[in-house]
Amino acid sequence: MATTLESSIDRQQHTLLSWITSRQTFWVFLAIVAACIFLSFATDSFATHQNIYNITRNFTFTAIIALGMTIVIITGGIDLSVGSVLCLCSMILAVVMHAGYSILIGVAAALGTAVLVGLFNGILIAYVGMPPFVVTLGMLSVARSLAMVASNNTVVFQFGPDQQKLLTLGGGSTFGVSNPLIYTLLLALFTGFILRFTRFGRYVFAIGGNEQAAMLTGVPVRQVKVAVYVISALSAGVAAIIETGWLGAVTTNLGSGMELQVIAAAVIGGANLAGGIGTAFGALVGAALIEIIRNSLGLLGVNAFWQGTFIGGAILLAVLFDRIRNFRQSD
Amino acid sequence: MPVLELVNVSKHFGAITALNGISLSIEPGQVVGLMGDNGAGKSTLVKIIAGNFPASHGDLRMDGQAVHFHKPIEARGHGIEIVYQDLALCGNLTAAANVFLSRELSTGIGPFRILNYAGMYKRAAELFKELKSETRPRDLVNKMSGGQRQAVAIARTMLSEAKIVLMDEPTAAISVRQVAEVLNLIRHLRDRGIAVILISHRMPDVFSVADRIIVLRRGTKVADKAIAESSPEEVTGLITGAIERA
Repeated sequence: MATTLESSIDRQQHTLLSWITSRQTFWVFLAIVAACIFLSFATDSFATHQNIYNITRNFTFTAIIALGMTIVIITGGIDLSVGSVLCLCSMILAVVMHAGYSILIGVAAALGTAVLVGLFNGILIAYVGMPPFVVTLGMLSVARSLAMVASNNTVVFQFGPDQQKLLTLGGGSTFGVSNPLIYTLLLALFTGFILRFTRFGRYVFAIGGNEQAAMLTGVPVRQVKVAVYVISALSAGVAAIIETGWLGAVTTNLGSGMELQVIAAAVIGGANLAGGIGTAFGALVGAALIEIIRNSLGLLGVNAFWQGTFIGGAILLAVLFDRIRNFRQSD
Repeated sequence: MPVLELVNVSKHFGAITALNGISLSIEPGQVVGLMGDNGAGKSTLVKIIAGNFPASHGDLRMDGQAVHFHKPIEARGHGIEIVYQDLALCGNLTAAANVFLSRELSTGIGPFRILNYAGMYKRAAELFKELKSETRPRDLVNKMSGGQRQAVAIARTMLSEAKIVLMDEPTAAISVRQVAEVLNLIRHLRDRGIAVILISHRMPDVFSVADRIIVLRRGTKVADKAIAESSPEEVTGLITGAIERA
């Protein structure tokens, strides 16, 4: 063989350009850029500072949970409970701070609740062997009901002595950039790093690709699965804290139906529900597209009831596009 | 001192007896062909040795010491490496990632470690070169041919100093040139004092590389002799039952 070791290592199936254009995420990103350019010309108010500020803040709550959801989806699982966990953690935060405790205690209580929910989901899924859909579906009901119990189904809008700190956390801005956006970008960078550069990230992909093979080769499959559901619940908990700070009030229907929006964001962004494929950047892109659809329909004067059609259409198109390309390749 | 001994090992799955009182002993550097018809118990025996599940009765000993494996990683820690019949590869990962799965190389300071991609690509490429395979470390496994996947699975066994390498039908789905390379690799392992247990249906392969042959029929060992004292006809007879024992 005339090839050297180095040339053998360097040979790959794709050049950088062909790799980028083969990814669903790239095309969705392109669609977002195209939409933004179109909207800047079609409406007066899209390209204003205030509107951009709003969009980049509004998409963060879905985006943060989509990061956690993407990790779960990569392992081949799903977490339907995130909307209810968001509500539960918001309630815990609200009730604890309302009772006079500091924001630190409130945040700790909210995140602690998220960890407990995640452990519960994860242990049932990984050690007892129940299907993720079923376990998280059950938790969806349980968590929301617990939120109602915790607050006695009232609206909480007084957060005790640290109220202003909470409102700044969620509703404030730093150097003109909204705080939620900063958290989202940091969390996305962190998630991307974990997925790409750590053993844990590799195990997540391995479990999604072939769980049996991962188990046989010595990957700690059950521990990783529990960790993944804890991460998902924590992402809902973090989003809960930030969204509560922004809204300034917590009601028991907070996050209702959000799990489906988060899953849509993850799938549009390129995560494959069969497992094994997904990226942090994709989660952001998917959430951003959904928010831009929502925002642009309003600015273009389209009836708000059409939102669902556009978002559902986006899911179908994004994944259909990917399938069509794969058909051509496998021929 | 035998590197591996099985003493009266049996395995039951409910009412089914997969293995019935199997005893054998393997010396270092010995290549043993394990043959038998489908359902004879070959894969079950090899999975017990590899630590996938425990035997229902009987003992395993390595270098004279009793060993009990609860999971494959424990067997691997004792120097037992295995190439599964379905290869146990993750299609969504690269060849290098599969070779190093659960044994990733990492760089960093103290507890802050990140994956060492360059190191893994390099080592994987060296292993593929040793196997004379066209496999490229950066390629995704689900885009590879059967022979390339086989190379990835075999390369895994070369990562650490194994004492025993188990191979379940390694030449079943690969090209002629690669069959020769796999058999050469088996001789290479033998020369380094590593024992090899080779499950194969392909008589010429077994007769070309093995020192001993063990035949299983319906969970029982019906032959355990030197290859030189046997013949393909005798082995076929043992597998089918035409010959009771040898």
